[in-house]
This record gives sequence, C-alpha cells and structure tokens, in this order.
Amino acid sequence: MIHPIPSGTRDVLPDEMRELRAIGERVRTVFDAAGYGEVYTPALEYESTLVPSAPPPAYRLFDDQGEVLVLRSDMTVPIARIVGTRYLDADPPLRFCYLAHAYRGVRPQRGQSREFLQAGVELIGPPGAVGTAEALTVLCAALDAAGLAEYRIGIGDASIYPALLDGFGVPSEARAPLLQELVTRDFVGLQREVDALGISQEAASALLRIPQIRGGREILDGEVGAAGKALEGLRDLYDHLSPDVAGRLIFDLGLLRSLGYYTGALFEVYDPMLGVPIGGGGRYDDLLAHYGRSLPAVGFALNIERLHIALMGEERGGQR
Amino acid sequence: MSPTRGLTIAVPRGALFPPTLDLLDGLGLDTSELRSNDRKLLFADVGLITMRPSDVPTYVEAGAADLGITGKDVLMEQSERAIYELADLGFGRCEMVVASVAGPDPAAEALRRLGVMRIATKYPKIATRHFEATGRQSEIVEVKGSVELAPLTGLVDAIVDLTATGVTLEQNGLIVRERITVCTARLIANPVSHKLRSAEIDYVLERLRAR
Repeated sequence: MIHPIPSGTRDVLPDEMRELRAIGERVRTVFDAAGYGEVYTPALEYESTLVPSAPPPAYRLFDDQGEVLVLRSDMTVPIARIVGTRYLDADPPLRFCYLAHAYRGVRPQRGQSREFLQAGVELIGPPGAVGTAEALTVLCAALDAAGLAEYRIGIGDASIYPALLDGFGVPSEARAPLLQELVTRDFVGLQREVDALGISQEAASALLRIPQIRGGREILDGEVGAAGKALEGLRDLYDHLSPDVAGRLIFDLGLLRSLGYYTGALFEVYDPMLGVPIGGGGRYDDLLAHYGRSLPAVGFALNIERLHIALMGEERGGQR
Repeated sequence: MSPTRGLTIAVPRGALFPPTLDLLDGLGLDTSELRSNDRKLLFADVGLITMRPSDVPTYVEAGAADLGITGKDVLMEQSERAIYELADLGFGRCEMVVASVAGPDPAAEALRRLGVMRIATKYPKIATRHFEATGRQSEIVEVKGSVELAPLTGLVDAIVDLTATGVTLEQNGLIVRERITVCTARLIANPVSHKLRSAEIDYVLERLRAR
C-alpha cells in the first residue's frame, strides 16, 4: 500500500530533526539576545490580506464561510499585518523574529521544498543604513552561531536599475521586459532588450555593464551616473558595519530579488557548499503603509533546511 | 596556475564539443586530454567535466559546475532552471523549425479538419509554447530518437526539431514550414558561483569579448 505525501513536502525523522532543532535554537537565541521578540502567526491568512507584491501563494482553500484562504508564502507580510493591527500606537523601533514554515509553489528538489522552515527577523522603524546595518549584524551573528564558516553576503540596492532607467529616460512601459531579464540574469536577453530601446551607445553600454559589477567596497567608488545616490547609500551602510560583518559582503550592483516589495538595500546569503542562496532580505519601506502604519522596515529570512545542507557540506570539508 | 583557477566548467559533448574546446584553449586551458580521451568524463586537474548538452543546466543549477556551455535550445526547453545566462557564444548556430512532409501540409489539414495537429518532438515545452502562442491546438508526442521518422510513418502530422543544415530533413522528404527561433551556444553560470567566484568568471567573460 502506498500513502504518498503532497509533492514538495517531506517527513523529517529524528536524526535530521535533532539537527534542525539545534540549528533553529542557536539562531533563535541570537535573535532573542538582540532584542527581537518571537511571534507566531496563523499558517492561514485571508487572500485579501496579501499585497500584490507579496510572493504568490501556492495553496488556496475555502473556509466554511466561503472565504478564500491562503497558506502564507512568507512571514514578512503577516508581521506587517500584526504591526498594522496590534501595534498601531506602539513607538518604533519594533523588533520581531520568527521560526516558522512558509509555503511556495517551487519546483521540488534538494533544498527547495514547497513547505519550508524559515528563521528571520523584521526591524521596523530605523531607516536607511542604520536599520540595514543592524539587520546585517544580526544576520551574521546568527550564521556564526549556527556554525557556518565560509558564508558571504551579496548586497545590492533595488533602486539602482530603476534610477539608471530614469537617468536615461527609458519610458516606464518599456521597463518590464528589461527588469524581467535582469531578475532572471539572462544577460543575453538583457542585451537584446537594451538594443531594442534605441538609446545612445553610451547609455546602452551602461545598462549592460553596471548590473554585472560585483566585488568589494572599491566598486562603490565607480562612476554609475544616475545610480550614484544608491551607491552613496551602500557606502554609508558600509561605514556603519563592524569589520567582521563588512568583510563578509560582496557588493553586487545587479542584485534584484524576485519579491516585489523591496525598496532599497537588499541582500542574499551564499555558501560555497550550496548552489542556491541560503536566505536573503532587504529594505521594504513601503509595505507597512499598506497595513496602516507608514514606517520604514528591513528584514531577512534564512532557510533552515538549506543552512543545514551547507553546514553538513562544510563539516565534510569536501565537494558540495 | 590557470587564471580560471578552481572553476569547474561543464562541457557539452556532441556537435558543440569541438568549438567549445577551441574556446577553452583560448582561455588558456589545456584541452589536449579531452581531445584524445573520449571515454573519460571528469578532468579534475583542468576543472572540466563533459556530458550531454541537456545535462549541463542540471550540473550548473546545482552548483556541481560553476560555468557551463550549452545550446539555447536546451535552455529554452529547461526554462525553469535557476541559472544565469552570461553570454551568446555565437557558435553552434541552429534553427528550431516546424517541418512536415513535402506537398500539401498535413498539419494544416489536420488542424482545419480535425481541430488538432499531432506534433512529434524532443522539445515538448518549446513546441507547446509555440503553438499556444500562435493560437493553434496541438497534441505533443515526445520521442527520444530520430524525430524525422514520426511524420513518415503517420505517427504525427509534423515535427518540431532543431536543424543546422536542413540536410537530414531534406533526405527524409520533409520541408520547413515555420522557423520558431535561432539557437546558438550560451555560457551559463550558477547564481552563487557568479558572486563567490566573480573575479574568475569576469576574467572568462573578458577573454570571450576579446575574441
């Protein structure tokens, strides 16, 4: 007799569970010590609660009243809802953390489940470099506590490419295909779309060259035209970081994440032992206004299953 | 020490193999063993692994290879893969076409009278997308071997396949009815390697542009 479980889900047995628990506990201890209070929200939310920029839900169902429910696709949106309903009068900064499952319609493979365990924080109130620096500091402390040694953090700014497009006068209706190629990092496709714009040679080469720039602090002094303000923000951020954290950063002027709500600095966590990012986050300064509290915010989430795979890879010291 | 130190590159065997080896020579890699030993798959000391073109995205997506070279046809068919497409290498030029037996087009007649065309292909996703995008109903029959056989035996009304010279189609009495797209070899990268090995990967890209 075969009793299958839904595609992209899996059972966790005691040996693995013990290790996942230990990682989660180490990470949560760091969050707690940094002043982030743990919250738990329902796995189910009303579909109408979601903003359009939230990651699309993979599972929808009806309740007994005929309301459409979704399994949450991240924890950032539920916490934004909490801030807008339960913390309407509270003075910022607000600090929350979570260790909870989220659900997305991904293609199942190792490190990519449709039900996945995330550990993360949301910092509401502190704007710009101050807030982002705190989030990155907590992120590195959590990864250090988990025992990961070789990780690096790729960091960019969601406003870089839009600023470049503004600067070169690219009309808004022509932008969607460009951004689509950039999100998927199809640089051949990006070249095709840029060539189709019919802009000056100089502008076209900047639109292709700048998103491919990656490296250390030195790249932030380069000439990037209309994106200069975003780079100024990243330089300011760098100055707010301790050497330990700053040393982990790889600046990446083409970094965009598929989630639509990021407004400023955004980042991803990489480890040589894993071919996909272990987690990521960024600034979402406009999201909370949707829930009735117009406050800047920043947050990140780590995928515990991927962190576990990377830790085991490093432990074995060998090939990923 | 090679300037691509420590990078692992997935190399496609088959039609793309010779031009890919020439390209790797241009990067300063020693490909003599790949040229002389066609049974060996893993050449660890030069960071090269050889495989079928359609397996290249699998290795690169998982990070088992940092870079890979494969055809755009493979990338289009495996469009869900999370890999970065860095450069059009220009070689390995082929066309993805719709072809059917010469004379009145049996696919057009099937569509008109039966409402659906039966199409044999090794590229079910590309074929499905093409007929959906052009508003025609099709039934895709996936075959693994010689696609040209399918319309000759009455299995299907037409095929979607890759052709470089058109000679095989012609020899089987098939003519090209539609050109879907042009495919060339592409350089792809693992998203994490693209950040962690940016200096080595950018070196490769610079050398490619300087060709």
